[in-house]
Amino acid sequence: MKYILRRIFFYAITAWAAITINFILPRLIPGDPVQSLLNRFKGQISDEAAQSLYVLFGLDTSKSLWDQYIEYWGQLFRGDLGLSFTFFPTPVSEVIGQSLPWTVVLVGVSTVIGFILGTVAGVLAGWRRGGWAERLIPVTSFFSSIPYFWLALLMIAIFAVNLGWFPDSGGYDIFTDPGWNWPFIASAIYHGILPALTIVISSFAGWMLGMRNMMVTVTNEDYVVVAHAKGLDERQVNFAYAARNAILPSVSGFALSLGFIVGGSLLTEMVFSYPGIGFVMFQAVQAKDYPLMQGVFLVITFAVLVANLIADMAYVFLDPRTRSEV
Amino acid sequence: MTDIASETDVLLQADPRDQDRAAQKRHSPIAGFWRTPKSRVGLIILAFFVLLAIFGPLLAPYDPNALSDDLLQPPSWDHLFGTTQTGQDVFSQFMVGARSVMVVGTIAGLVATVISVIVGINAALFPGIADELLSALANVFLVIPALPLIILIAGFIPSGGGWITVALVISVTAWAWGSRVIRAQTLSLRNRDFVQAARATGKSTWSLITVEILPNLVPIIAGSLVGTINFAILSQVSLSFIGIGSSNDWNWGTILFWAQGQQALAQGAWWWFIPPGLAIAVLGMGLTLITLGIDEFVNPKLRPGGLDKKALKRAGVRSRVGYTAVLLEEEPS
Repeated sequence: MKYILRRIFFYAITAWAAITINFILPRLIPGDPVQSLLNRFKGQISDEAAQSLYVLFGLDTSKSLWDQYIEYWGQLFRGDLGLSFTFFPTPVSEVIGQSLPWTVVLVGVSTVIGFILGTVAGVLAGWRRGGWAERLIPVTSFFSSIPYFWLALLMIAIFAVNLGWFPDSGGYDIFTDPGWNWPFIASAIYHGILPALTIVISSFAGWMLGMRNMMVTVTNEDYVVVAHAKGLDERQVNFAYAARNAILPSVSGFALSLGFIVGGSLLTEMVFSYPGIGFVMFQAVQAKDYPLMQGVFLVITFAVLVANLIADMAYVFLDPRTRSEV
Repeated sequence: MTDIASETDVLLQADPRDQDRAAQKRHSPIAGFWRTPKSRVGLIILAFFVLLAIFGPLLAPYDPNALSDDLLQPPSWDHLFGTTQTGQDVFSQFMVGARSVMVVGTIAGLVATVISVIVGINAALFPGIADELLSALANVFLVIPALPLIILIAGFIPSGGGWITVALVISVTAWAWGSRVIRAQTLSLRNRDFVQAARATGKSTWSLITVEILPNLVPIIAGSLVGTINFAILSQVSLSFIGIGSSNDWNWGTILFWAQGQQALAQGAWWWFIPPGLAIAVLGMGLTLITLGIDEFVNPKLRPGGLDKKALKRAGVRSRVGYTAVLLEEEPS
């Protein structure tokens, strides 16, 4: 429990840091890009919406920085992230709310699949050093170096354009009715296969390599030798003794890898024009839609923090030492 | 390990002078690093791309921006990598782009590594509040997803800034991992006997750092530098691919940006988007292999398992944990 509380405290600090970065960034940049946007949309924006943008981007220079900061926080707590210019006049929170489920499902499912496959492959590779799995390492390091977005391009070129097996963009068939009905869900799964495959292939190698290295270290430990000497069945030694301990750094390192995978997944979404948050960020960047960019950054960071917290809980479950109250 | 085994055989037969030379060679760290197949392949790949960065722009046959009437031509002797929708020569864009990729990656990697060395060593040497703060800072930057942060910062800079700005933005987000590794290693070095002895003789903290600790950190720092360069190259290319960053500068991401924007995929113009992506992947593989080689160099346990499969079969051994370890330890004696 103490462990989890400590982690929550740390994530709270990280969240605070992300929000503060968000607050400071527009105030560091000269030229008020938001002001020019506001001028362009003059007359179309309600006073209230304009006011919230003033608070978000520090356009009201009559107030002290500290007052601006307090006001900024107050606005965040009300869930007000300003108006999106790309999807004018939809509020940023609404745009994100629509796209977030797509990303959570796509990136969540494919990250978990990639983690499981990579970890199992790493266990096998580390267990049988010098075998076929060892020779796969240069190959996997090639795959882990492929940029997500280029792999996505290749996937489209091969499976969508040439073979025509899968659609090349979008998240569902536009002729279906979004909701809990089978035609829609089926088309969403069908559209999600290629992007998911891209993320799985790209993330697989990293997990495998990390797990393999830990396995190699762990299999030299005395308790593994003892387990062998006891005459335990090889599979039992492998999974119950070696892998069980070797997986700990993979789980605790989940945080570090997750940021990278999420970054890559966003690019994958952009290439596939997937209706998730990565594609929204892409549109926001193209249109210099600052409120939307900031909102997306915050939400992505928060999602990563939540995912990390889940990984921490899994860690507590896997490692009894964290549960002892010492 | 395989090498050690075969070398023992050689040593038994050779005359003593060769033996000395061979022993010397074996103990030279650089030679040992070079002999690891992973790092050798990695270094060769890296050397190729460094040459490409130096000479590529000079060898480009056309102006990468020049339009021509050869629209969307597949590769030919006139246009080695074919042409784009607007008749630009992809090979020239590729050659010119190599320099920007390598320069931005190297600068970002160097700056980030300098930050991580400073933060890591200071955190390890000044326990207490300084360590807590620096470590917390590093952890925060590790958890915040880097690419969205880079996109956000770069997006705020008017017209994306020049390539130096891009390199600096990347390095701001890329130092944390290295600093953690360096801190951990410094912590373990700090309590070793030779450092304690130097401290006892009254050496200043500065000379402790530069004379005793830094030389022992070199492999770790090198590994983190290579890893950071790898990350920086990927980030820069990703930024260009999204269309932010130095947009008037050619790099491999810019080529892919135009390829994607002008429907290279739908038109089957594989020559347009295959070479840049492949180059990024091969370069990344080279850098990863070097990092792995350094890891193995630092931690011999990670080296590929003992004898190769044929040798094992000859000895009637099935590669298995525990057993291999015993075999290896007896071999050199």
